[in-house]
Amino acid sequence: MGIWVDSTIIFIVLTNFMLLASSRLAALVRGVALQGFTLGALLLLTHSDNLTYRVWLLVVAAVGIKGIAFPMFLKRTLNNINVHREVEPYIGYSLSILIGIAGLLLSLWIGSRLPLPGPIVSTLAIPVAFSTMLTGFFLIISRKNALTQVIGYLAAENGIFVFGVTAVHSSSIWVELGILLDVLVAVFVMGIAIHHINKEFESTDVDRFSSLKD
Amino acid sequence: MVLLGLIFIPVVMGLLALVLRHDASRRLLLPVTAVIHSALTASAWFDAPGPVWGGWLLLDGLGLLFLSITSALFLVASFYAVGYLGKEDRGQRQDFQEGVIFSNAPEAAFVACLLFFLASMTLVTLCQHFGLLWVGVEATTLASAPLIYFHRHRRSLEATWKYLMICSVGIALALMGYLLLAIAVPETPGTGVPMVVSELMRLGTSLHTVWLKAAFIFFLVGYGTKMGLAPLHTWLPDAHSESPSVVSALLSGALLNCAFLAILRPLQVLSAAGEGPFGRELLVFFGLLSMAVAAIFILGQEDYKRMLAYSSVEHMGIISLGVGIGGGAAFGAMLHAVNHSFVKGMLFMVTGNILAAYKTKNTRKVQGMLRLIPVTGVLWVLGFLAITGSPPFGPFLSEFTVLKGMLDTGHTTAAVMYLLLLAIIFIGMTSVVLKMSQGAPSEAHQSMASREIYATVIPPALLAVAVTVLGVYVPLPLQALLHNAASLLGGS
Repeated sequence: MGIWVDSTIIFIVLTNFMLLASSRLAALVRGVALQGFTLGALLLLTHSDNLTYRVWLLVVAAVGIKGIAFPMFLKRTLNNINVHREVEPYIGYSLSILIGIAGLLLSLWIGSRLPLPGPIVSTLAIPVAFSTMLTGFFLIISRKNALTQVIGYLAAENGIFVFGVTAVHSSSIWVELGILLDVLVAVFVMGIAIHHINKEFESTDVDRFSSLKD
Repeated sequence: MVLLGLIFIPVVMGLLALVLRHDASRRLLLPVTAVIHSALTASAWFDAPGPVWGGWLLLDGLGLLFLSITSALFLVASFYAVGYLGKEDRGQRQDFQEGVIFSNAPEAAFVACLLFFLASMTLVTLCQHFGLLWVGVEATTLASAPLIYFHRHRRSLEATWKYLMICSVGIALALMGYLLLAIAVPETPGTGVPMVVSELMRLGTSLHTVWLKAAFIFFLVGYGTKMGLAPLHTWLPDAHSESPSVVSALLSGALLNCAFLAILRPLQVLSAAGEGPFGRELLVFFGLLSMAVAAIFILGQEDYKRMLAYSSVEHMGIISLGVGIGGGAAFGAMLHAVNHSFVKGMLFMVTGNILAAYKTKNTRKVQGMLRLIPVTGVLWVLGFLAITGSPPFGPFLSEFTVLKGMLDTGHTTAAVMYLLLLAIIFIGMTSVVLKMSQGAPSEAHQSMASREIYATVIPPALLAVAVTVLGVYVPLPLQALLHNAASLLGGS
């Protein structure tokens, strides 16, 4: 049982590095899709002794939104804007991976020092949740393409989701669904914005943004 | 039922706006919804509505105060919006700043988003459940982002993107705060974690303080981004300067307050657990920092909408500072929230008129407002006097109450910094505003300026009257409500 949870969590680490290492936007979209499915699996595994209909509802919503809807929507956006690669990120890919490793080590260290009051499914859960969040935030600040930034936002959100699933015992299903719905609309709005950015600037690189400053 | 009506009537009206084909009737939805909304809000003053959804939605003193501010400002703004939309050119036109051709977003989407924006802000003011509160705050971002991109040109798009990304990331951190707060609740077998404000306050000192403090920091950073506390305010000047003036008025006067309410809720829990001083010190620090950053950027600011945006950063700082000091200053901060919303709402509406007359946001190119557009010019000067804390307007009274609270509690250093920063900002704004209003308008402006219309002059004028009255006399029911709100924060 524990081994399955651990393997799932380690798989999330691998998807993080996939996000950090790839320049192809399609690969990034696949990366977050994989994370979406993995989160569903993690939900099932952590609640395996008590699989109520609420858990199933949440699994269906999480996989449906994070694993299927987002990737399909992002893929469509990608085809519309006709951009396939992240060109010249602020921080290169090899350095990104090194920073990812540093982030993981930092998260492991923090995780080992946190005095969690309740029992926890796996000692890896909290560090991996943190490192996934850090990966997401890092993507947002180190990449120029607007779509990559959205993917970074999703990765950060996934990290928070891992934390919520593993460390917090019972939360309300309605709140969880509300949060998923908000993130769904957020990505939808960002997608529309990307569409406009592409039309207006003939590129989706946000380093073209330079007119507003003091 | 009243509470559900407050949230769902704007939602239904917003959906209606999307299907209506006729422009005039669609615009009419704004004031109609606003009147219903404010009537429901007013009824809550006399007869407290019962809790809904098992106490998740409940109107306490704090909620009623912020709901009333939002509702009143939206009421005034809705009439302004009708006039504004009627005046807007249709189709393509030239952008006066960069010279490119642009057009507006569809008006149906604009009206609908305004109404959804009202619904989401209402949800924030009514929420007692921390998860639902998060959902509400994120919803305000999503409903307002399309409003900023109403004028479809590059600058507004840039502002919208920054707003979306910075606030989404900020609010993601607040979600982390919510989870940390859930961990802070001691395990009780069999029952779920109660994430409602009153339940958490009842647990009081049995909450795990380390996790509670961590949760508060995440809430402060997350919602503080949305509120515009320095150094997390970077989206704010862009969004406020690029959006249509009526949207800027609502962002500054209503949204920032709602975000602050989302910080006050965890502060209530923190105080109940006996860790109030920790949270309040942080609020004092970020309050003074926001004032200082705003002062730096107001000095020498050449864009008058950006100047007002930085002034919002300043005033959020004052409110945060007042709550942080506590005691009488908390009362002052609550009063200041009301005053700031009205004055800033009025000033942003006035900038819409200035922009329409002069077609520029550059303070150097605007001259002779008092002659060219006299009513707007007078309102601009009055608004400026009010926002910088000159007597006899409302902000003077509230800023003075905050100062008195600081001196009473022995925060002398903070009080000196506070006065110094207020003085710097006063000087910075004076030089700009007086130059804009006095002198003679240039020939070019005289020939192209259109006449002022009632719909865009009366709404800010009404707010000016309200602020003047509040400076002289705070009505007793409002005083009682402010005391109630301040006492929920441990003030008096």
